[in-house]
Amino acid sequence: MTSKTAQTLDRVVIRFAGDSGDGMQLTGDRFTSETAAVGNDLSTLPNFPAEIRAPQGTLPGVSSFQLHFADHDVLTPGDAPDVLVAMNPAALKANLGDLPRGAVLIVDTDEFTKRNLAKVGYAASPLDDGSLDSWHLHPVALTSITVEALAEYGGLSRKEKERAKNMFALGLLSWMYTRPTDGTKSFLTKKFGANPELLAANLTALEAGWSYGETTEDFASTYVVGPAPMPPGTYRNVTGNTALALGLVAAAHRAGRPLVLGSYPITPASDILHALSGMKRHGVTTVQAEDEIAGVGIALGASYGGAVGVTTTSGPGIALKSETIGLAVSLELPLVVVDIQRGGPSTGLPTKTEQADLLQVMFGRNGESPVPVVAAQTPADCFAAALDAVRMATTYRTPVVLLSDGYLANGSEPWSVPDVADLPALDVGLATEPNATDDAGEPVFRPYLRDPETLARPWAVPGTPGLEHRIGGIEKADVTGDISYDPDNHDRMVRLRQAKVDGITVPDLEVDDPTGDARVLVLGWGSTYGPVAAATRTVRNAGSAIARAHLRHLNPFPGNLGDVLRRYDRVVVPEMNTGQLALLLRAKYLVDVRSHTSVRGLPFTTVELADVLSTTLEEIR
Amino acid sequence: MTTVDLGLPTTGLQHVPHLPDDAPAQTKRDFTSDQEVRWCPGCGDYVILAAVQSFLPSLGLRRENIVFVSGIGCSSRFPYYLDTYGMHSIHGRAPAIATGLATSRPDLSVWVVTGDGDALSIGGNHLVHALRRNVNMTILLFNNQIYGLTKGQYSPTSRPGTVTKSSPLGSVDAPFNPASLALGAEATFVARAMESDRAELTTVLKAAAQHRGTALVEIYQNCPIFNDGAFEVLKDRTQQAARIVRLRSGEPVTVGPEDDRRVLVRVAGGASEFVPEAEVGAREVVVHDAAADDPSGAFALSRLDSPEMTHVPMGIFRQVSRPTYDDLVRAQVDAAVETAGGPATDDDLAALLRGRDTWTVG
Repeated sequence: MTSKTAQTLDRVVIRFAGDSGDGMQLTGDRFTSETAAVGNDLSTLPNFPAEIRAPQGTLPGVSSFQLHFADHDVLTPGDAPDVLVAMNPAALKANLGDLPRGAVLIVDTDEFTKRNLAKVGYAASPLDDGSLDSWHLHPVALTSITVEALAEYGGLSRKEKERAKNMFALGLLSWMYTRPTDGTKSFLTKKFGANPELLAANLTALEAGWSYGETTEDFASTYVVGPAPMPPGTYRNVTGNTALALGLVAAAHRAGRPLVLGSYPITPASDILHALSGMKRHGVTTVQAEDEIAGVGIALGASYGGAVGVTTTSGPGIALKSETIGLAVSLELPLVVVDIQRGGPSTGLPTKTEQADLLQVMFGRNGESPVPVVAAQTPADCFAAALDAVRMATTYRTPVVLLSDGYLANGSEPWSVPDVADLPALDVGLATEPNATDDAGEPVFRPYLRDPETLARPWAVPGTPGLEHRIGGIEKADVTGDISYDPDNHDRMVRLRQAKVDGITVPDLEVDDPTGDARVLVLGWGSTYGPVAAATRTVRNAGSAIARAHLRHLNPFPGNLGDVLRRYDRVVVPEMNTGQLALLLRAKYLVDVRSHTSVRGLPFTTVELADVLSTTLEEIR
Repeated sequence: MTTVDLGLPTTGLQHVPHLPDDAPAQTKRDFTSDQEVRWCPGCGDYVILAAVQSFLPSLGLRRENIVFVSGIGCSSRFPYYLDTYGMHSIHGRAPAIATGLATSRPDLSVWVVTGDGDALSIGGNHLVHALRRNVNMTILLFNNQIYGLTKGQYSPTSRPGTVTKSSPLGSVDAPFNPASLALGAEATFVARAMESDRAELTTVLKAAAQHRGTALVEIYQNCPIFNDGAFEVLKDRTQQAARIVRLRSGEPVTVGPEDDRRVLVRVAGGASEFVPEAEVGAREVVVHDAAADDPSGAFALSRLDSPEMTHVPMGIFRQVSRPTYDDLVRAQVDAAVETAGGPATDDDLAALLRGRDTWTVG
């Protein structure tokens, strides 16, 4: 055995890239779990095509998974990889542009055949023509070594053996970065338990990859990234969609009401439907509806019956649900509408991220129909955001939109699992008896008699004796809820509904301004949290003062937002749209915020935002 | 369809709380709300409302456990006039909303009130999927073959050639036959009644309410303003008997007055025709079987109908038992909860939040 050195690094960004069928998402997931087990802080970014299996070996078929891990807190999945694993020429071509010169490049040489090269327009193999000289290239015959390592498994076809090459790659990378593979081994045991030979083959491939690193001279060193200091607690790794599903279940549990999800499959929201459909033990009912409209209708019907009604979708689904959300505004019933935003308009970029539904969820309904809007900021934060959305919906008897996006949905990070006892208690307070008296002094139920503090109307569910009443989408008379076409009543009801949403309790915006003398504020919302915080750190490390704040509540805005905006010479608002929050801020506060926008289907990079902030700082110097 | 006995309820009202035996009997008045009824004078909806208000007490249910959900259109104002729980929702979506309610609340008797435009045009998708799923609810489809609330455009059940504001030269749309559509969607209960035939309507409503699963009741209803007399030939005593085919399960399918009875017999190729009773001879008489598993027989009967209303079947086309969607959904949740040892406690939630792969810091 060659003696190997071990070097210590503070952070690494690895990108696994291959064909959609190569199992790159699985490889990335497993490497992430191993990394979490080491105690690193981490952040991930899966990136895959909308097609399930685009033609093999082509650029549209490339799927990748990027992981950033460090011995300190990690805010983003990393701008550029330090290591690229390219399983074929297409993966190399699609990702090389992101790879800084000098970075490590591991390629599966077996896949660099004439045919595969031609598919992506390489006239000659880049492995031979010197075009990769600027990178630290490790050519590895991944496929053939894997097949050879599995020679003893006579019951498996060559194809099945080849398919284990992702485990070989995982084994190699696990060795390189000294990750424990126990978790992966037990994962494989669960996955292939029913097929002992396939299980043994995958385990062998994993070990072969590890041994390959250990024995070949091509890899001279292993790397150690120590654990990150994190607050004490029990941690797990979660994606945004998992955290969101858990948040909904936890909220319903705390509210003591059943959770009912009405949903129609749509990327990138479907994983929430999948997760919740497996949580029946927690009293969760999921109805896979015939369409988006039925999905929200089912949720609203369930809410009417006293459940926590939820529907999950992405932008195109919101467009279809709009009329029912408007009905919920009129009925004043709780309803949680989850929008996992993706690139638009129309079908747009189903598997890519964007923040361009903000104005749709704010205003995309007929009439004056205000709806509270909450945005999650990191994958793990989707949990807290879901609790907040359920709180608002049940307390104020209103539909609430919870915004996430493709980046948060599929990205993951460590999450400090909260104690159930520390979760906010939700007292939904269903109506149980009449709330007024009629002219004759008899007790009566007035379905639109509001709570003076919250302006919420009573939530009186069918089955409650004495509270029989009718509700509907026609304008209601104040207090009685009878049909009313009276002009003054309509004017009053429109303003009451607005006042109810405007009056929702949301915490003041906290500003992070360590020096206290910053003249520039960068204000983000939603999933730009990580890149904005990372860029702020970069700018501060370079010696400049800058203030940073992040909006969870887009409607209503925090009460101090106007004051905060006016406190700075410049306010920069980065968004993955063409300036939707900026439009709202300018309209409401008459502050000339500077919009920085990008709609590339990818999160901002730290470098890009740091550059924008530095330029802004220069301007006012 | 499952052959395993899941112990699922078999009647529509099985889990709905009934009044105690010693409770005072309900009357029509108990189901009449304080709202002023605002349909046009002479509208068939008044007749249906009166029939439903009079019929509901016979179910013996607690009033607070009855919910009427409607869509948009003249018929959809129905819930406002009933002193039960009610929701006047949006155009075409009542079956979806009722699905959410019925699935989460087995203790409710859920009714949907809809019209030909609401159910068959804008809400067609929800209707067929409710029928396919067999959610425990009763859908009353008021068919007046016209759009009333929008002031008189042709509907998806209007006869071809119907002259309306939007079809001045006559409608060229091919109409739906609601019963055929429902049977095609494998509805487990399909019936038709006339608004003016209180006795038949009440019989059908009762059977529909008792049915476990989605019951579709098509009710022919006259719109005196925009489509007056659409069903006149069926109300006209001189023509009625010759046109209305009264479906009675287990009996031969016949039409006509006693002195001119015609009997439905099979003809070559699987079709059927009415022949005078005297000419039946050895021919195979079609006997109605509403409980037949195969919906083909019921579908064939629904095809006797035509826009000319030469022969119009009335009564129950199909009435079969099939596990309902909501019962099956609840059974899965209940089984999961029971297997896990009862409703989730804080500890169970904590275990869910932790998942299978955790690590500890500090």
